[in-house]
Amino acid sequence: MSILTQIAGWPLLAALALVVVPRNYRVVIRAIAVLATFISTVLAVKMFVGYGCAVPDAEGFRFVQQIPWVESLGISYHVGVDGLNVGLVLMGAIVAFAAALCSWEIKTREKEFYILLLVMSGGILGAFASLDLFFFYFLHELALVPTFIMIGVWGRGERKNYATFQITLYLSIGALIALLGLIALYVQSGANTFDIPKLVEHLKSNPLETNAQNFIFPLLLFGFGILVSLWPFHSWAPLGYGVAPSPTAMLHAGVLKKFGLYGLIRVALPLLPEAAQTWANVIAWLCVGNILYVGWVAMRQKDLNLLIGNSSVAHMGFIFLGIASLNLIGITGAVLIMVAHGFLAALTFALNGYIYQQTGTLKMSELGGLCRKLPFIGTALLMAAMAGCGLPGFANFVGEATVFFGAWTVFPTVTVIALWGALVIGGVYMTRAIRNALHGPLPEKWSALVDASSAWRKLPYALLLLCLLVFGFVPKLLTEKINPDAGKIVTVVAAAAPAEHALVQVDVPTARAQSSEIEQ
Amino acid sequence: MNASLISLEISVIGLGLVLMLADLFMPAERRKFLGYAAIAALGVLLLASFAGCGSCSLTGTAFHGAFVNDGLSLFFKRLFIIAAILVLFVAVEFSDRLTAISEYYSLIVFALAGMLFAASANDFAMLFVSIELITITFYVLVSFQRNKLASLEAGVKYLILGALSSAFMIFGIALIWGTTGQLNFTELAAVASQFADSKIFLLGVLLVLVGLGFKIAAFPFQIWAPDVYQGAPTPTTAFLAIGSKAAGFVLLMRFLFSAIPSITHSHALSTMLIIVSGITILYGNLCALPQRNLKRLLAYSSISHAGYLLLGVAALNANGQAAILYYLAGYLFTVLAAFLVIALVLRQLETEDVSGLAGLNQRSPLLAATLTIAMVSLAGIPPLAGFFGKFLLLKSVVEAAQTTGNPGYYCLLFTALVGVVISLYYYFNVVRAIYWSKEPKDVSPIEMSGAAKLTAWLCIAGIFALGLFPNAVLNFALLAVGGLK
Repeated sequence: MSILTQIAGWPLLAALALVVVPRNYRVVIRAIAVLATFISTVLAVKMFVGYGCAVPDAEGFRFVQQIPWVESLGISYHVGVDGLNVGLVLMGAIVAFAAALCSWEIKTREKEFYILLLVMSGGILGAFASLDLFFFYFLHELALVPTFIMIGVWGRGERKNYATFQITLYLSIGALIALLGLIALYVQSGANTFDIPKLVEHLKSNPLETNAQNFIFPLLLFGFGILVSLWPFHSWAPLGYGVAPSPTAMLHAGVLKKFGLYGLIRVALPLLPEAAQTWANVIAWLCVGNILYVGWVAMRQKDLNLLIGNSSVAHMGFIFLGIASLNLIGITGAVLIMVAHGFLAALTFALNGYIYQQTGTLKMSELGGLCRKLPFIGTALLMAAMAGCGLPGFANFVGEATVFFGAWTVFPTVTVIALWGALVIGGVYMTRAIRNALHGPLPEKWSALVDASSAWRKLPYALLLLCLLVFGFVPKLLTEKINPDAGKIVTVVAAAAPAEHALVQVDVPTARAQSSEIEQ
Repeated sequence: MNASLISLEISVIGLGLVLMLADLFMPAERRKFLGYAAIAALGVLLLASFAGCGSCSLTGTAFHGAFVNDGLSLFFKRLFIIAAILVLFVAVEFSDRLTAISEYYSLIVFALAGMLFAASANDFAMLFVSIELITITFYVLVSFQRNKLASLEAGVKYLILGALSSAFMIFGIALIWGTTGQLNFTELAAVASQFADSKIFLLGVLLVLVGLGFKIAAFPFQIWAPDVYQGAPTPTTAFLAIGSKAAGFVLLMRFLFSAIPSITHSHALSTMLIIVSGITILYGNLCALPQRNLKRLLAYSSISHAGYLLLGVAALNANGQAAILYYLAGYLFTVLAAFLVIALVLRQLETEDVSGLAGLNQRSPLLAATLTIAMVSLAGIPPLAGFFGKFLLLKSVVEAAQTTGNPGYYCLLFTALVGVVISLYYYFNVVRAIYWSKEPKDVSPIEMSGAAKLTAWLCIAGIFALGLFPNAVLNFALLAVGGLK
């Protein structure tokens, strides 16, 4: 059995086990959930560390396992990692562990909550490890549905029902459109297999017709785009995260949302290379909507959670920009931000959850001076905010800088706008939020707040911060893994470029050299 | 003539007669257990069909080609027997609310016989007779609670509309026979293409489709479904939802793909199927949104599922036909799970309102889980049977869209997606009522007999098995539709 099956399997097994645990054994329920995600995390770290030593198979994937499932349709359970998803699996496992640790804030119907949380964690990890289109979608859907239920039942605030309704509607439609695109891709390829590596091989020699590509690509782009809150389909995200219980927001904003981006890189780009060239412009300009428009919206927010939600939508813009650049540096950067933003989003939502737990509000006008009462949480939030506006030393900086280097050669105008959005707008709202919430006079009513005191409570925040810093200082851990596999995709896309309007200069060696300069 | 081909049907009819006769000799308080005897007998027949004994292992035609045993009939016969077994389990649980329970059992068995004949019908005469056998039995089954006004009303409505649709159908059959001189599907297929321009022949085809559309409750012949589903005794509703619908579908597939394949693959008919399927999906789902009565909600949901199943018909390819078979197999366990819970939970309640489910997870965790799994599967969420069925149906329509290039198929796909999204709302409303109602009035635990527990576990196992291990059933379904065009 592959280690990846175990990473995804432990949470799912634990969810099954919880079904038979009586609901008043609260400690046991919690312990099982934390333990299962902890085992996943340990295994994921082991997998990440052992990645270099593992022997890749013919298609370049490691830790592969394949079991036929439905032969007549060519569906098999196929998991494996290469540079593109090894970081995502690690990030997903760590965030799942942190989310399970942060779930102490849930006080009602704990059993159901932990079951859903574990199903969600297992589903996400499985989806990222999956190399079969069917299971890729199947496991994502398995993780998605618990999200709706958790927001609907354990959500907070008056707009809970509206937000649940909106997020369910948006994400279901997005997922179904993506499903349609995936089925169309399967049918059109004629290879009678859902296996991604086989499809890539097959379509390399018999590429789809341009018409078919141009029809399927938008289905995937907008289907996945809705899942990732691509502007203008983003309005579910800030509101949804605003009302979601923090473990759900951590897992969704941090991990599950990356599914759409990962799908674009893993499926849409290599399988529909010609259409990717055509649509790259559209993606680049839509991402301006994310970075600039949603950034402005974030500046106007009065609620800390809505601000963070908007800023997380804005960050998706950088990833889209990296994907749209269709070159080695850009895509490497996109994957880097995906990992970094996963840690960051989880950290900020966890911290917000802590503050909400203590104060019962996240309105910035009512907060203030919290750093005095909550030195640990306050400091962590400050660091998260700095990571969010791209301070060097945090993993986000590396990713964003890489994306800008990649995008500059292709979309200079968009890059300039995006830089402005990242440095100026991001800086303004983040620092303003910090000043309003953490500094200034401490209102009388908050004098009884308690900081995260025990090591147990501090652990999730510290863990996520540590990850941000580790990948910020040693991005090479990720880039050296991402680079060769991002290179393969870029080669496939570039090979399909019609000579006259090629967006991509096929210049992989220099690109690789440039990106290794960035690492230095 | 090869009478051994119909040994299964003969045994089932014999079983019905024995049940009726046993009623005379059984003391009243023991009659309830006749249901278990019927279940055991059907179980033996089912095992025999899997073991390859009896008529199920034989293929061929009988009665001058009017009756055919092939892969398709075998698939549906097994489906019908499983459905009847599960319905009888529900009926035993329901028996305290019915007088003359042994007649009820035997009527279910007779309806099953009609369905078995429908699965093998290869001739208009056989088609009509089997439909009538099913429908007339259902008139009685629907109005069986003679002391309940709603049940009688439902029976009368079903009778009037059913008779009307039968009249349409027999008129259509007459027109087809009048123009072509053929009643046998195989012989009709050979000559049908010559009549592609005959208006009278096409009218006949249309009228037969009207009759079949009534059976499967497709738009615009769905109008009876909500009232009848609501008024009928719960086991009848369950059998109506799966047995009668599946019988309609097997006849529809035989008619379209083995009697008149040349007409079916024409542009006009495929467009019509696309439109009917799309409207049925939207109608069922939109009307289900405001429903508070559980059985009525399931009636509208069953209309929408008829629409999804029609996707597979409209796709006009073998994968679509196999998808219908697969979907029906999943639907069987799902619907019976739902109706089992309704029969047990709403036993004491006068209303069948969704609010009656409040606190169910404290009253009986097994029933709560059963209904939740059923709803989630109906909504089409992995890893349950409904998801894989919908996936197959959508896939077949995508294939049709890409091979024919007909833009109607793309519209149909998006309609189906919209339908799925709408349906999430009302299915999850039911789940919410189970787990998260504000103040459940009644928290007394619900007694479940061993048989009821067994049924619940069988349904759950079926839903999960079809969602997680689709291989065997899918291969069987692909094999079964091999003879269709």
